[in-house]
Amino acid sequence: MKPAPFEYFSPKTTKAALELLAAHRSDARILAGGQSLVPLLNFRIARFKYLIDINGIPELAYIKLESDILRIGALTRYRAIETSPTVADAAPLLFEATKWVGHLPIRTRGTIGGSLAHADPAAEYAAVMLALDGRVVLQSEKGARTLDAGDFIQGMFSTALAADEMLVEVRIPRARNNQVFGFEEFARRPGDLAVMGIAVRLDFDGDRVETARIVSLGGQDGACRIPEAEAEIQSRPLSAERIENASRAASDIDTHADIHATGALRQHLCGTLVRRVLGRAKEAQPSPRA
Amino acid sequence: MSGEHKIELTVNGRKIGAAVSPRLLLSDFLRDTLGLTGTHIGCEHGICGACTILFDGQAARSCLLFAVQTDGHEIWTIEGLSETGAIADLQEAFGKHHALQCGYCTPGMLIAAHDFLNTHSSPSSEAIKDGMSAVLCRCTGYWNILAAVSEVASSEHRRMKAAEASSTSRIAPS
Repeated sequence: MKPAPFEYFSPKTTKAALELLAAHRSDARILAGGQSLVPLLNFRIARFKYLIDINGIPELAYIKLESDILRIGALTRYRAIETSPTVADAAPLLFEATKWVGHLPIRTRGTIGGSLAHADPAAEYAAVMLALDGRVVLQSEKGARTLDAGDFIQGMFSTALAADEMLVEVRIPRARNNQVFGFEEFARRPGDLAVMGIAVRLDFDGDRVETARIVSLGGQDGACRIPEAEAEIQSRPLSAERIENASRAASDIDTHADIHATGALRQHLCGTLVRRVLGRAKEAQPSPRA
Repeated sequence: MSGEHKIELTVNGRKIGAAVSPRLLLSDFLRDTLGLTGTHIGCEHGICGACTILFDGQAARSCLLFAVQTDGHEIWTIEGLSETGAIADLQEAFGKHHALQCGYCTPGMLIAAHDFLNTHSSPSSEAIKDGMSAVLCRCTGYWNILAAVSEVASSEHRRMKAAEASSTSRIAPS
């Protein structure tokens, strides 16, 4: 229950961290909040020759709203996000979902960049990013590239990060008045990894749903949109019947079974959570302007 | 560098210097190097919360931090918080409500409760339940733990303590 020996670096700038990453590539791992990585090291499920601790790089921790894009530095901690009025206003779904992440002492340290780069299939933020059409900025010594969350997330513990790249920033379009959001998950106890969760974003055009994002977490290899459920409510007013159809479509997804739940239970939960979240969204629907 | 790293940190208000191997967990550093055995180790993967300490004033798992990462930072453990009286109300309420059985989780419970109450001014009983789910009690003595934290969280308790403090300061010789 103790990590294998490793060499430790604590660079003070992003540039220095990227140089170390370029030199050691997959022998090295970025240590951000450590709330997922350190358990893996403690159990020796993972071991790395080098750990590059980015906690001493203050330039990676920020929350700012610029030209209707919410920019969050990779090292920004859950605790900073859940207490940020800027996030509450510009990305209410991210704000709400953060309360479902672990417990307060975990959120003291855990970071948004760490959550996305680790890509646990039950993690909340990947689902939120898919629902909000968020993007991530990946940087290496050679330069930076920006990817849609859907292209970044590639499955269980798997992302588009190259060996010399570090996730440095998250970008989320600012919430608009015609949007409604919802988030809910089921876990055995509060703070446990989700057995199943649902993140929803609905953009209304008058009383019609113009764009629907219904994203599951915890049930599959990674956070995943449910296009069949989205199609049931898209381009129409949100009615009880439509919600029921979307719920049924959501309970048809392929889910995995493990020690926590059977596939059938996950399917049931998926349908139930979709019904519940869409029902609340219907209540919260913005009244069409005259 | 897998050799030893020199660190300087503040533990319970005292400046400390040490040389540590990178893989040394903060929980082991506190217990084995500094002899602060009030920080208990349960699961060593961040689930149980027995090892919860304050890192720069906020509750965190000491089993998920390396000692080397505390260079330049401030740590408070159950020993320091007990000495200063910072958690005296909680300790008193835990005693009154029999909120400890074997006591193993208690240091983590107290520190998690302390941080929770610092960040929640008048929490509902649901919020307290949710907040205290950060630490596991293997004796399953949750009911009494919630009663103790609820009492300290209650506005009545806070008013009483504030009144006590102001009356003490009035009679205290200046």
